[in-house]
Amino acid sequence: MRPILPRGLFQAKEKNITPRERVLMARSPQRPNFKFYSENLFEGFFEVHGDRQYGDDSAISCGIALFEGIPVTVAGHVKGRDLEENVAVRFGMPNPEGYRKFRRAALQAEKFHRPLITFIDTPGAYPGKEAEARGQGEAIANCLYTLSNLKTPVIAIVTGEGGSGGALALGVADRIIMLENAVYSILSPEGFATILWKDAKRSDEACEVMKLTAHDLYEFGITDEIIPEPDGGAENDPQMIIAALREVIAEELRVLMEKDTDTLIDERYEKFRKIGRI
Amino acid sequence: MDNNQNMAKESEIFESRKMKLNLLKAFRDATARKPKIEGVECPACGAKTDDAELQNSMYICEHCGHYFPMPADKRLQSIYDDGEHELLFADIEAKNPIGFPGYKVKLGELKAKTGLDDACVCAKGKIGGHRAVAVVFDTRFLMGSMGTAVGEKVTRAAEYAAEAKLPLIVFASSGGARMQEGIFSLMQMAKTSAAVKRHSDNGGLFISVLSHPTTGGVTASFASLGDIILAEPKALIGFAGPRVIEQTIGEKLPDGFQLSEFQLEHGFADAVIERKQLRETLAQLLKLHRKGGARR
Repeated sequence: MRPILPRGLFQAKEKNITPRERVLMARSPQRPNFKFYSENLFEGFFEVHGDRQYGDDSAISCGIALFEGIPVTVAGHVKGRDLEENVAVRFGMPNPEGYRKFRRAALQAEKFHRPLITFIDTPGAYPGKEAEARGQGEAIANCLYTLSNLKTPVIAIVTGEGGSGGALALGVADRIIMLENAVYSILSPEGFATILWKDAKRSDEACEVMKLTAHDLYEFGITDEIIPEPDGGAENDPQMIIAALREVIAEELRVLMEKDTDTLIDERYEKFRKIGRI
Repeated sequence: MDNNQNMAKESEIFESRKMKLNLLKAFRDATARKPKIEGVECPACGAKTDDAELQNSMYICEHCGHYFPMPADKRLQSIYDDGEHELLFADIEAKNPIGFPGYKVKLGELKAKTGLDDACVCAKGKIGGHRAVAVVFDTRFLMGSMGTAVGEKVTRAAEYAAEAKLPLIVFASSGGARMQEGIFSLMQMAKTSAAVKRHSDNGGLFISVLSHPTTGGVTASFASLGDIILAEPKALIGFAGPRVIEQTIGEKLPDGFQLSEFQLEHGFADAVIERKQLRETLAQLLKLHRKGGARR
């Protein structure tokens, strides 16, 4: 894939910021969030609610909007700007209803031939008692299952924290784009340190060995594009991020919408099939 | 006579010493024999069972009915007709995709200790006369966690089953995605889910059998995607682990939370099946689907 920045230039930047610093930047409450993207990248965002089975979940937002005149389905994890907002959205950690609402929106995107654009920014799915009783695992699994052959183009953008299966549920896409300081990992560094070393305090050390930066994932062939951020992080010039994303999404949609459905689905299958092929 | 008396006394001392020595020998033999019957201690009731007995009882404690984790090879033997099966994809071994410190050495040690290549084994054979592909997880290998080797094997098994129009049965027991392979492990969730979806779209039957424990990224991918989901009794099945949930909500979880019976009650399993009944149940399900495994 075509990186937004020449690789040399990006790598030069990489040296100045440690993975730990990127994790902190990715978690910054001032960082552009789903609300900002839905309002600034699209026109007429109409939010849909509910999974039609149990309820609605504010930690995932889904809706229909226009992107450069094209109807698209937009979905993303929702993080707040302050404590009050974050409590309302469980700090961006969805319940099963959120994943089921997302799956419903994705199937509608397929039905109406709308491209699906997702924004990933979550520490992970909510580890709650009710979430387990309502099948958190099944809800996530079904998103992976459905998106793996959703017959419409899917673009996933990791804008902040891409944490665990709760992030991946929105990430089975034809293109995976990451912001320069976004991270994407199997688990939070704290969770990783707890599982491997029984010590959450070793999370700094975990950041260094987990290989969770956009640069790492680009090297692994998992991320297709990296959106450069201004010094100090995306919040210092959110409109710069919007302009870059607008350009990348337009270009990728142009390519993806030309593909016939079978090719699109086969290529998506192969995209994930080749990760860790032995 | 003095001489005779002395001789009698000497022989008495000799006899008593001999007796003591024999006692010591008997004691030594008794203690030395102990390790041979040491066996495995049941974590539920504390009773000890030796390895051969455990195998005969399908790794179920004969004193209290507790289910021990079942080694993959023993599971395959117990499921297939006369234990006969052919191993598939046995040459697949994990690399160290994120260059995690010490991982290669750890893998080498586990391979030597368990005789496994990684945390799951694939095979084909007949169950009740019906051909089926099986994937069996083994918790002795890094808690049955899913890295690239496991992801690849599950995927290949699903692709093979789809191609050969055979039913797929996965016996999951796994702590989830494997930390040491980082983002590659996470992506195996997408890869395996996509593979079982293709098998399903091809009309293929997928039976997911959950045993203790099935958690994390395995629960949140293929293991929850079976046409039929069976669970062994009292297996822990969930996405988040109980400790993480308790820390998050700040309260103790009730007894039985996330166990198989809980999942059955909440609609996430079709049936809870005793280990000794599994083979029969699978044979029955395969019979009921005998026109399955292919789009007619």
